[in-house]
Amino acid sequence: MRRFRKNKAAVAALTILFLMVLAAVLAPFIAPYDPRELGVTALQAPSFSHYFGTDDFGRDIFSRALFGARISLSVGVVAVSISVLVGFFFGMISGYFGGFIEAFIMRFVDVMLSFPSIFLILAVQTMLTPNIYNVMAVIGLTSWMGVSRLVRAEVLSVKERPYIEAARAIGASGPRIMLRHILPNVTAPVIVAGTLGMAGAILTESALSFLGLGVQPPLSSWGNMLQDSQAYLRDAPWMSLIPGLLILITVLCIYLVGEGLREELGG
Amino acid sequence: MWDIILKMRSHVFKRLISIVPLLIGISLISFFVMHLAPGDPTALFADPSVDPGELLRIRQNWGLDRPVYIQYFYWVKNALRGDLGTAYIVNRPVLEVIAERIPATLLLMGTSLFFILLISIPLGVISAYKKGGIFDNLVSVLSFAGMSMPSFWLALMLMLVFSVQLGLFPAGGMSDPLLAHASVFEKSLDTARHMALPVLTMVIIGFAGLTRYVRSGTLEVLCQNYIKAARAKGLPEHAVLFKHALRNSLLPLITILGMAIPDLFAGAFIIETIFAWPGMGRLGVGAIFSRNYPLIMGVVLISSFLIIIGNLAADLLYSAADPRIRTGRKD
Repeated sequence: MRRFRKNKAAVAALTILFLMVLAAVLAPFIAPYDPRELGVTALQAPSFSHYFGTDDFGRDIFSRALFGARISLSVGVVAVSISVLVGFFFGMISGYFGGFIEAFIMRFVDVMLSFPSIFLILAVQTMLTPNIYNVMAVIGLTSWMGVSRLVRAEVLSVKERPYIEAARAIGASGPRIMLRHILPNVTAPVIVAGTLGMAGAILTESALSFLGLGVQPPLSSWGNMLQDSQAYLRDAPWMSLIPGLLILITVLCIYLVGEGLREELGG
Repeated sequence: MWDIILKMRSHVFKRLISIVPLLIGISLISFFVMHLAPGDPTALFADPSVDPGELLRIRQNWGLDRPVYIQYFYWVKNALRGDLGTAYIVNRPVLEVIAERIPATLLLMGTSLFFILLISIPLGVISAYKKGGIFDNLVSVLSFAGMSMPSFWLALMLMLVFSVQLGLFPAGGMSDPLLAHASVFEKSLDTARHMALPVLTMVIIGFAGLTRYVRSGTLEVLCQNYIKAARAKGLPEHAVLFKHALRNSLLPLITILGMAIPDLFAGAFIIETIFAWPGMGRLGVGAIFSRNYPLIMGVVLISSFLIIIGNLAADLLYSAADPRIRTGRKD
């Protein structure tokens, strides 16, 4: 990790992300108010009693943002894990087996990539009951195509190497070759792609929740905090400013860490 | 260029054929995703005062009482004849409804793309040339920031500053109804004012990716031998950079542009919704919310078709522009 440590921007970004995760984990202890508690003082500007002001229901925006961090960050992590697993599975079997399986999977990838993906996500979300688990699943299942192409290309380039042949010669099974001998080669680029994918997943979650198809109130996510803010743009600009800035900072930090990893791992 | 494309006729033909399975896959997935969901569009009229017999009649009218695969079969049969069905509620042909909205979307996307290119090409070339300098770092920070913003939030912030606070641009819509009888010039000026904020949003979100591609493309080209040769000949730096280097570093950009089309579409869905821009994206989002099946299918099919055609055009242009690819030589 020598090069990563030298990359000041990436180290700073990682620190900020760490603090964010810490704040999210400790949310119940840090938050000054109950994030669901309705207050008598709606649409109050930021002050010492309400650091980020209050929203249209008089709820404390700082506390909601802390609890929102839990939701937004975990949606990012879980959605990316799903997309990496699925992408990895399809990429691996299509690269390893080739032939009809490969052709079929890669055409399927082409189809998925030709959709305007946000449209597919919206369509699926209106059909399901919008809740946090569906959001994770839908984002994960519509973003695995890049990883699968990456893994397939990598598998194709290593599978003819002598050590794979040697492994086969001593009688190693297909799954064993894939997991023990090919897998280590593809982890670096997949880690980089996964990091960048997490940024995308957090952005998608915020857009979905903004449209009312994501995480539902009274749970708060950074996206659904923005949902009602458009109506109060004139009277309470902090309502839209703060959750957006939090998303911006988080996603920016993830991108910077991803770039640092790319330099380090050469993904 | 056209004669080259004509020479590649068999290649073009193969690519055109490959669109067919893509479209079949897309229509299959979207059709079944829509219909496998519990309930159907008539649930929107689920009002106790509506006679159940009436609901049944509507369902029969829309063909929703038949098995899904039969419905799909009929949909394909009609689609092959160029009939995408009739949109619910407005009761007009889907193609007609979409055709009305396409110009607005293309106008928004085209203008944004124009400005994105206008900004990213010089930014990318200059930051590659001055790699590691202040300008390069500044551009890199700005482009990361642009990539990290949720588009709808940026739209809200621009609205806050430019229409709520400063009152410079309208916050939504495409034209001012009061100007219905104004001259063509006044009307276009009005449209331009309405377009300012959505275009600005799309440009800020979209310039980052292209700038980074132009930068890395230029960096790669700058260490090639023919650049050294051009310098050794004594050509001035601007000629080396913008004539010799730019030409080759722009080649991959054609492909990147093709890949950027889906992103532009995705952006347009959200941005059109926020700015009440009467385009296909807003139509599609509205159709999804009201479960207007035929309209959803139409929007998905047409936008995927445009995306595929964009990719295909980019591929063909790329091979027309780069002889190495056309002849299959890898040097």
